[in-house]
Amino acid sequence: MISIKQLSKSFGNLTVLRDVDLDVERGETAVVIGRSGSGKSVLLKHILGLIHPDSGHVYIDGQSIEQMTRRELDQVRIRSGVLFQGGALFDSMTLLENVGLGLAENTRKSRQEIDDIATERLQWVGLKDAIDKFPSEVSGGMRKRAALARAIAMDPDIVLYDEPTTGLDPVTAEGINDLIVHLRERLEVTAIAVTHDMNSAFKIGDRIAMLYEGRIVFNGTADDARSSDDPVLQQFIKGDTEGPLEII
Amino acid sequence: MGFVQTIGRWVLNLVLDIGRLGIMCGRLLSAVLRIPRSLKLIINQMLTMGVQSLPLVLLTSAFTGAVSAWQGAYQFQNYVPMRYLGTAVGKAVVIELAPVLTALVVAGRVGASIAAELGTMRVTEQIDALEVMGIDPVRYLVMPRVVSGLIMMPMLVMFANVIAILGALVIAVTLVNLSSETFLNGVRMFFSFSDLYTGLTKATVFGLIISLIGSFQGFNASGGAEGVGRATTRAVVTSSVLILISNFLLATIQFRL
Ligand SMILES: Nc1ncnc2c1ncn2[C@@H]1O[C@H](COP(=O)(O)OP(=O)(O)OP(=O)(O)O)[C@@H](O)[C@H]1O
Ligand SMILES: [Mg+2]
Repeated sequence: MISIKQLSKSFGNLTVLRDVDLDVERGETAVVIGRSGSGKSVLLKHILGLIHPDSGHVYIDGQSIEQMTRRELDQVRIRSGVLFQGGALFDSMTLLENVGLGLAENTRKSRQEIDDIATERLQWVGLKDAIDKFPSEVSGGMRKRAALARAIAMDPDIVLYDEPTTGLDPVTAEGINDLIVHLRERLEVTAIAVTHDMNSAFKIGDRIAMLYEGRIVFNGTADDARSSDDPVLQQFIKGDTEGPLEII
Repeated sequence: MGFVQTIGRWVLNLVLDIGRLGIMCGRLLSAVLRIPRSLKLIINQMLTMGVQSLPLVLLTSAFTGAVSAWQGAYQFQNYVPMRYLGTAVGKAVVIELAPVLTALVVAGRVGASIAAELGTMRVTEQIDALEVMGIDPVRYLVMPRVVSGLIMMPMLVMFANVIAILGALVIAVTLVNLSSETFLNGVRMFFSFSDLYTGLTKATVFGLIISLIGSFQGFNASGGAEGVGRATTRAVVTSSVLILISNFLLATIQFRL
């Protein structure tokens, strides 16, 4: 479904991704872990063409997004949802309007139907009481959840989550993990999630890939990850101070 | 070597910017078909622009009219009959002063706010969010601002014309000792619609410059709050310079001696 081949990207002298390969099957959720600054967000932004690679390709359903026409790319984007790391909520709109915008612009649904769907999605993330608030009036964690509600508003086939549980308390985070699992199991969403929250990674991921120094150094199931003897991966999972990863 | 490199980089950036602006204009043209569906966005922008600039335009044009009456009277004394004061002031206001000064004030107010708003949306990934929702940000954000700039600038300049001439009238009556009839007759005597048309054409071009450059700089902002600040400054400086240059070019096209 999503296939990343030999993707490389540099910003000036800084090489962020080197020949990254990653395949995600239909209905599967892949989790990309890695340290802060390792290029996880950059990798995610390549998938729907927000950043153009220096070399390599991203294929969606076998078609390279670099070769799509604008219209084809828009079609792929409309059936995808993205949760940005910073939320990226429109600050001139209420949470309800934020969640409903994609439906208002891309479908012929009535205002009432759109508001109903948007309210339901906000309810899924526990924000039913804040639908008429502006992003600046709610907490960071609430913004994150509203952004998640927006990402799944159009019943996407593909969802990209950039740190879905960062900044949430453990109980709310668990609720979001359940929601992501639910989306995968019931709605057969194909997803890539970026996180450093190992608890969340094991919970939501069918597969875990680790990005280190611009490369995918591990790619396997959650069980493989736990039993792997790769020292980088083990140190990361356990959060040890001893090991190949430098502490700051 | 350093100097040559600096010049080289400057030229390269200029060429890149012109290319990017061209691409944006292309996307803008393809968004024109969607104007009917975006009426609400356009009207919102028109209201915002009007509210933001009316007080400033009022203040600027009243004082500009007043000072041009005073200047005119000073230059006319002993050479030109004062009944022509209204003529001189009227022409200067309608052709030059109202369009150019209004445009410069609006560039500082509206152009800056467009750049700051879109720049913030860029650095907080709101524009990326639009893209991945399948919404063309040029159609959704830039087109309404440009259309609104094209419509609102002539309206603001019309308003500035009236206020400036009223400002001049006040000075003519109170300080130059002309009767209001003499002054207004002077305005009317050589008034021509082609002058008004010239001024409003300029206003439309300036409206395009302000909204397009503001949007362009905002769209290309990068580097957090500081980057937004840079984009805002650049929007005001670039559009002010372009207003003055295009004013000259339009004058050479429109007036044949
Ligand atoms: N637009 C850009 N221009 C220049 N450098 C960039 C840009 N975007 C990202 N980078 C650089 O790429 C590297 C990877 O950034 P990225 O945001 O992907 O990290 P990350 O793995 O998501 O980290 P975190 O977990 O902290 O979010 C960083 O060093 C960053 O400075
Ligand atoms: Mg990141």
